[in-house]
Amino acid sequence: MYIRDTIAAVSTPPGNGGIGIIRVSGSKAAAVCDSVFKSVGNGGLISHRFSFGAIYDPLTGNKVDEAMAVFMSSPKSYTREDVLELHCHGGWFVVEQVMASVLSCGIRLAEPGEFTRRAFLNGRIDLVQAEAVMDIISSKTEYALKLAEQQSEGALSKCINDIRDLLLNTLALVEAYIDFPDDDLGDTDIAAITATLENTQRVIADLLLTFEEGRVIRDGISILIIGKPNVGKSSLLNCLLNENRAIVTHLPGTTRDIIEETVNFDGLSVRLLDTAGIRNTDDIVEKEGISRTLDKISHADLVLAVFDASRELDSEDLMLLDAVAGCQIIAVFNKSDLQEKLSFSNEVPFLDTVRVTALTGEGVELLKQRIRKLFLSSSMFDKREFIALSKARHRDALVSAGQYLQRFSSSLQDQNLELLALDLRSALQALGEVTGQTATDDVLDLIFSSFCIGK
Amino acid sequence: MMSYNKIYDVIVVGAGHAGCEAALAAARMGCCTMLITINLDSIAHMSCNPSIGGLAKGHIVKEIDALGGEMAKNIDATGIQFRILNTKKGPAVRASRAQADKKLYQMRMKSVLEKQENLDLKQGEVTSLYIENNELRGVNLRAGIRYVSKTVVVTTGTFMRGLIHIGLNNFPGGRAGDQPSIGLSDQLCSLGFIVGRLKTGTPARLDSRTIDFSKLEKQFGDVLPKPFSFSTYKITMTQVPCHIAYTNQKSHEIIRSGLSRSPLYSGVIEGVGPRYCPSIEDKVVRFPDKDRHQTFIEPEGLDTTEVYPSGMSTSLPIDVQIPFYRSIIGLERVEIMRPAYAIEYDYVDPIQLHSSLETKIVKNLYHAGQINGTSGYEEAAGQGLIAGINAALRVKGVDPLVLRRSQAYIGVMIDDLVTLGTKEPYRMFTSRAEYRLLLREDNADLRLRDIGKELGLVSDVEYEYFLKKRELIAEELDRISIIRLKNSDTETKVLSTFGIQDIKTGTTVEALLKRSEISYSLLAEMGLVSRETPDEISEQVEIQIKYKGYIDRQLEQVEQSRRLEGTKIPPQLNYSSVKSLTTEVSEKLTKNRPDTLGQASRIPGVTPAAISILSIYLRSFSSKTDQSDV
Repeated sequence: MYIRDTIAAVSTPPGNGGIGIIRVSGSKAAAVCDSVFKSVGNGGLISHRFSFGAIYDPLTGNKVDEAMAVFMSSPKSYTREDVLELHCHGGWFVVEQVMASVLSCGIRLAEPGEFTRRAFLNGRIDLVQAEAVMDIISSKTEYALKLAEQQSEGALSKCINDIRDLLLNTLALVEAYIDFPDDDLGDTDIAAITATLENTQRVIADLLLTFEEGRVIRDGISILIIGKPNVGKSSLLNCLLNENRAIVTHLPGTTRDIIEETVNFDGLSVRLLDTAGIRNTDDIVEKEGISRTLDKISHADLVLAVFDASRELDSEDLMLLDAVAGCQIIAVFNKSDLQEKLSFSNEVPFLDTVRVTALTGEGVELLKQRIRKLFLSSSMFDKREFIALSKARHRDALVSAGQYLQRFSSSLQDQNLELLALDLRSALQALGEVTGQTATDDVLDLIFSSFCIGK
Repeated sequence: MMSYNKIYDVIVVGAGHAGCEAALAAARMGCCTMLITINLDSIAHMSCNPSIGGLAKGHIVKEIDALGGEMAKNIDATGIQFRILNTKKGPAVRASRAQADKKLYQMRMKSVLEKQENLDLKQGEVTSLYIENNELRGVNLRAGIRYVSKTVVVTTGTFMRGLIHIGLNNFPGGRAGDQPSIGLSDQLCSLGFIVGRLKTGTPARLDSRTIDFSKLEKQFGDVLPKPFSFSTYKITMTQVPCHIAYTNQKSHEIIRSGLSRSPLYSGVIEGVGPRYCPSIEDKVVRFPDKDRHQTFIEPEGLDTTEVYPSGMSTSLPIDVQIPFYRSIIGLERVEIMRPAYAIEYDYVDPIQLHSSLETKIVKNLYHAGQINGTSGYEEAAGQGLIAGINAALRVKGVDPLVLRRSQAYIGVMIDDLVTLGTKEPYRMFTSRAEYRLLLREDNADLRLRDIGKELGLVSDVEYEYFLKKRELIAEELDRISIIRLKNSDTETKVLSTFGIQDIKTGTTVEALLKRSEISYSLLAEMGLVSRETPDEISEQVEIQIKYKGYIDRQLEQVEQSRRLEGTKIPPQLNYSSVKSLTTEVSEKLTKNRPDTLGQASRIPGVTPAAISILSIYLRSFSSKTDQSDV
C-alpha cells in the first residue's frame, strides 16, 4: 500500500489570539492524534466530531495544553486525506509547544499552500478553485471575498465547463461527420454548428468583458494624487483615509517622497499614492520626488489631479495636465469654499470634475462614489451571484480559445472539417488550462451515445 | 511429444490478416518462418464484411503498403468496387475503400504465401506454447507434434475459446464452419496474462437471386478506381455496384418481439461488443426514435450469389431473423444462406505488451490482431506486420521498430493499445490521431517508404520509383516558390473568371496556390505550371502548400511533445516512492507501467500535475543513478 508523508502546520495567523489551530494531513494523522491527544470522555474520536481533552508531549508525557480535537477521515476532508485539527489556546508559545509535540511524531512541517495543493492533486478542487482559496485568504474587501468564494465554489469553473461542453459536443458532431461518411448521418449541419460556435464565441467574449472588473475587485486599483505644491493633496489624502497620515503644512514641497496608503471604498480596495507637488524647482531632493511622481503616472489606474480652485490656471497647471494626458483623470477642485477663480478654458480637454473642500471634508464622499462608479458597474452587484474573470492566466486562455474559433466559418464553408476539428481541439485545450482538465477521449463516448453508428 | 527436426526463427500462429502479414514480413526479412493455421482453406478469410479500407482503415492499408506489406496489393488485385470517401472534405480525412471478391482475395493471398521463400505453411491446432526453463521454445500441436522456434507470433483472431451464439443456442467455433482453438488461452492465463472476453457479430448472408434490386438504390464505385498500393499501376478487375436498403417500423417491431430470446439482452453473452458496430437489436433499443436504419447490400464476390447486408448483424434466433430480413423493402422474398450470429472470444489485455508487440511476460512472444482486443482486418494486418518485423529483428539482434504517433496510424493504434488497454473491440478512427493532418493516405509513402526499404521489405524497383516521386515533388515545390506572376493576359483572364482581381504582379505561384479558389490544374491553365505534371506530384504539391499553416501547427505540436515521448521511465520504477503522486495516479501507473512519459500522460486520470511531478522525479532519479548504482 502506498503511503504519502504526513504534514502539519499552524493554521491560525502568527501572534497571540483566542485560539490556535494546528492542522495535520496525511495517513499518520490518526496516529498523531493517538500520541498527543487524550480525550476526557471514554472511547476514541468519532470522525467529524469535536471532542474535548488535553495535549501531551509524547516524548516527556507532560501536559501541554487543554484542547479540542476533531479528526476528519479520508476522503471527507479538506485535502481528501485523513485530517486532524487541534484547537488549543492561542498564545504563540502554547501553539509552538503543541506544534513541537505534533512534529515529534515523525511528520514534517507543511510548505506554504500545501494543504490546498493536496486538495487539488487529490481532485477535490480544480485549478480555478485552488487559486480562489488563495484569493479568499488574501481578500481585502467584501467584494473580493465574494468573488473568490464564488470561484472557489466553482461558479467560474462551471461557466468554463459549459463552454467546454458546447465545444465538445460540436467536436463530436464534426468527428462523426468525418469518421462515418457512410453512416446515414445526413449532410453536415452547417447551420447548427455555426449557431453553436457563434454562441460560444459570445459567451467567451462576455466573460472576457468581466476581466477588468474582476481584476479591479481582486487586486483593487491604484490612484495617484498629483498637483502643484500646496493645492491640498495631502489634505485630500487624509480626507480619503479619514486620518492624519500625511504631514500637512502650508510650506510648499513638504511631501517629498510618495506616500502610499490602502483604503476600502465600500468594497473597492484602493491604493492611494500621494506625491510630491509638481513645479519648476531647483531643489535636488524635490526634483527627485517630482521625477518619481512622473514615473508612477503610467502605472496608476486613475489620476486625481488636484487644483486650487481659488487661483487661476497657470503654466504649472498646464504642465501638469500635459504630463497626465492620456490617463484616466478626475480633476479635483479643492478649496471650493473660497471664491472660484479657476476655469479650464478651451485649450484644456474636457475633464471629469469634482469640487471638494479637503479641510472640511465637503464633497469627498461624492468623489469616492464617483471613483467607485468608474471601476465597478452597478449592475454587477445587483445580482446575487456574479461571475468574473480575475486572473490574467484565465483571460489569456480564453483569448486564445476565442482565437482558435475565429476561423471556423471559413473551414465550414470549404468543408474542411478536419481543420475545424483541430481548431476545436486547440480551443478545448486552452480552456482545459484554466481548470486543469485535459482534452480527453470524451469525444468518442459522445459520438457513440449521440449517433447511431455502425453499418 | 514428437519434435519436428527443423528450428524456425519465427512461428506465426493463425493465418488471418494479422498472421499473413507477420509471416510474409518475417520470411521476406530472411527468417526461416512457419505459418500454422487450423484450416489452410481459410487463409486471409474475411469473416465479416467483404471490404477493405474506410476512414482510418484505408490509412492503415496504405501504411502497410508503404512498409512493404501485402494487404494493399491483395485488395488491388481482387477488388470489385473502389471508392474514395470524404472527397468533399479535406485531404487528411479522405480514405480509400474497396469491396473484395472474398474467395479471390483468399486465393491470391494463399498463392503469395506459397510462393514466398523461407516460408512453410502448415495446418494444425496449436494447443500450447512450448516453454522450457521459463524460455519460449516453440509451439505444441493437438496432433502431438512440437515445432521449435526462436520467436512466436500469436494471431488467434476470434478462435481462442470461440463461442457462437444464434438466439439462445450456442456452440464452440472459431468462426461459422471452423473449429475453435482450445487450451492456448488457459495456458496464457496461467502464465499471468489477463485474459478477457469480447464479443462481435456478423449479419446473415443472403441469396441475391431472391432480392428485388429494382426497388433498391444503386451505389457505384468511382469511375476511375484508384488503387491502394503505391506499386499498383491500374485496377483491372470487373467493377460492380452495391445497393442501399432500409429497415422500417415493422422491422423494428419484429426485432423488439424477439428481444426476450436475444443472448445479448438475456445476459447469456458476457463479452463486451463494439459500440461503433452495434447489432441491429442494439440500434433499435438504443435509438428508439430512429424510424429506419440504412444497410448496404454488398456483393461477396463476382461468381457467387451470396451478399452481405452491412450493419444488420444480429444474434437473434433464426425464426426472428427470417421475418426481420424479409421486412426490408426489396427483400420480401429473401432466402438466408448463412444465418447471422454473434461470437464471443478470448483476448489478452494489450496493456501487457511492449510497444514492439512483444509480451512483457514471455520474452520472444508477440501478440497481434484480435487477441489484442482490436477489430477489423486492417487493424489486424497493421499489427501483424509490426509483430512479424519485430520478431525478425529480434532474431537478428536488432532494436525493434516502434512507429511514433506522429508517424503512422499503426503507431497510434499500438500506442493506444499498450498504453490504455481496451475494454471493447478497438477500431481505428481518424479522431484517435492527434496529428491527423500529418497522417494522410496520400503521404503514407513519404512517411514510411524509407523504413520499409531499410527493413528489406520494399523492392529496389519500388524504392527507385518512390525516390523519383519524392524528388519531383521537392523540385516542383522549389520551382513554384520562385516563379512569379507576370500579369499576362491569360493569367488575368483566368483569374477574373474566378472573380479574383486583387493579385499583384510579382506574387509567387506558391502564394497564389494558397488561396482556396485556386487549384493546381487552374495554374496549369494559366500556363504557370506544366500540364504534364503527374497527378501524384501535383496532388502532393497542392496539399503541402494549401495546408501549410495547419501542417506547421501540427509539426509544432509534435515538437512540443517530443520531450515527453523521449523520456523513458525505468521499467521497475517504484511509483509509491515518488513523493506527491496521488494514490490513484500511482496505482494506475503501477498497473500500466508506461515505457515513456508521453505514454504516461495519455493514461486517463494521470493529470498534467502528476506528469510534472514524475518528470522532476525522473530527472533527480537519473542524476542519482549516475552517481551510484542504486
